[in-house]
Amino acid sequence: MSGNPYQEDRGNKDATITNTHGAGTMQPAHRKSGPTKKVEGDSPFLIGDCMTGGYGKGPDILHDCTIAVNPGEIAVIVGPNGAGKSTAMKAVFGMLNVRSGSVRLDGEDITQLTPQDRVVKGMGFVPQTSNIFTSMTVEENLEMGAFIRTDDFSNTMEQVYHLFPILKEKRNQPAGELSGGQRQQVAVGRALMTQPKVLMLDEPTAGVSPIVMDELFDRIIEVARTGLPILMVEQNAKQALEIADKGYVLVQGRNAYTGTGQELLADPEVRKSFLGG
Amino acid sequence: MELLNALVAFTNFVGVPAIAYGSQLAIGALGVTLVYSVLRFSNFAHGDTMAFGTMVTILVTWLFQGAGISFGPLPTALLALPFGIAVTMGLVLFTDRTVYRFYREQKAKPVVFVMVSLGVMFMMNGLVRFIIGPGDQRFADGERFIISARDFKKMTGLDEGLAIKTSQGITVVTAIIVVALLFWFLNKTRTGKSMRAYSDNEDLALLSGINPERVVMYTWLIVATLATIAGVLYGLDKSFKPFTYFQLLLPIFASAIVGGLGSPIGAIAGGFIIAFSEVTITYAWKKVATYVLPETMAPDGLVQLLSTDYKFAVSFAILIIVLLFKPTGIFKGKSV
Repeated sequence: MSGNPYQEDRGNKDATITNTHGAGTMQPAHRKSGPTKKVEGDSPFLIGDCMTGGYGKGPDILHDCTIAVNPGEIAVIVGPNGAGKSTAMKAVFGMLNVRSGSVRLDGEDITQLTPQDRVVKGMGFVPQTSNIFTSMTVEENLEMGAFIRTDDFSNTMEQVYHLFPILKEKRNQPAGELSGGQRQQVAVGRALMTQPKVLMLDEPTAGVSPIVMDELFDRIIEVARTGLPILMVEQNAKQALEIADKGYVLVQGRNAYTGTGQELLADPEVRKSFLGG
Repeated sequence: MELLNALVAFTNFVGVPAIAYGSQLAIGALGVTLVYSVLRFSNFAHGDTMAFGTMVTILVTWLFQGAGISFGPLPTALLALPFGIAVTMGLVLFTDRTVYRFYREQKAKPVVFVMVSLGVMFMMNGLVRFIIGPGDQRFADGERFIISARDFKKMTGLDEGLAIKTSQGITVVTAIIVVALLFWFLNKTRTGKSMRAYSDNEDLALLSGINPERVVMYTWLIVATLATIAGVLYGLDKSFKPFTYFQLLLPIFASAIVGGLGSPIGAIAGGFIIAFSEVTITYAWKKVATYVLPETMAPDGLVQLLSTDYKFAVSFAILIIVLLFKPTGIFKGKSV
């Protein structure tokens, strides 16, 4: 794997001497943050502008891909399997080597920052899988979300409990014992604890039942109404576009169609190719 | 009266020593389990970290004894213990900076870390022998017994005596304090919670703004403290010999695995299980049996299942049995 002899374990699976549980798999584009610079001119609050790049030294997966979101909006990235939806989101979050193009947040070029520093800048990211601390209680999960804050975060926690009442009920239960939908609520709640300026959700409804999915979408709309911009990758294109202010249809790492959710839903071309008629 | 004598003999030769030994193993196993869950490898250098910490404590103890400083009825080593802990913290942090950090930056697989820790073990082993020598050192001073066998016999009028050594009393009290502090730290403090978060899900901890290098540093500091305390308690109770500490690795790992690797409660339970098994199996039951059984059935032999020379076979056998039939250990550890 990647020619690094230290990452070769020669098939060792002996868990009595090695613990792979929860080990890090994230491979950020930059190990150390580079400089940021102020950018003049009018541009969306968060924008991944004309991004081209791929993982590590690998081939380009994104080609001139642009994704943007403004306060109070929900932007949704949809597209067929392998279109680079999650990859586009990860590029915005700094997990991808962006070779040309830039990522700008609130008038600042953050292309060279590590994912951790982007969190400090105000990006809240909810990964698709392993997005909660399973062995810790719901409340501890939220506390960990607020780790970078030095002020009193009990107000934010109350807001999260207000948004997700079920979490308040289960605050002292290990998060790993909750159902799929409740876990996603914990994950979103954890990200909200930093009081982010923008929230990024990677397939928040993956693997939950349709009823729970509707409820999750309702909650996401509720969060967006507070003015927080939300960027979301979704499998369920139809439902996602219905709540989207802005939709991006990606095909093979390129912007295929862009428009408001309603426009895309009405577009016969999009309907035929992605929404099943 | 016979039964009471049997009970006292049992407590004297099995109960008290096993509780003390179990507490020492438990503190040792807690260190192993912490490295395993946070740094994600089995630290083979743990036994020699214990030896190093104990060695420093012994050297400071000698210094104090030379200067005429004593701790009244308690062993002087307790006064020297903080110094031993501080120097050991320095050593493990130095090892981490110079050795382990390189492999973390390479994102090396855990099994590579295991092999690295083996190298660190040899280095520490050599260092300890180089400084204090391979011989036996006794450094316990102060009052030797809380209750001696003779006093107990005089007090109760029984034939059998019950002796509790000061070192055994100190061991149990220290173990309770250490375990309570550790659990409070892991469950209630921000740093402790961040360690658990990092152990649970490294990526998400990073995304929450937890600095991995800080988590690693705190883990090593705690591990150095636990190792030194366990080592000094063991040395006070028995004696200090570098090779014995190296051998302690087996019962310590057996304790951690029997209890469930990665589970602090498991490490404590495992420590006592291993200690009680070792002591009961290598104890000559003749005396207790003579009291309990009718005279005609009194045994001729020693009724000792295994000679004390083979005590490590007990840990080893338990280890194998647990790995064969319940590899996650009693408290559902992570070694599946």
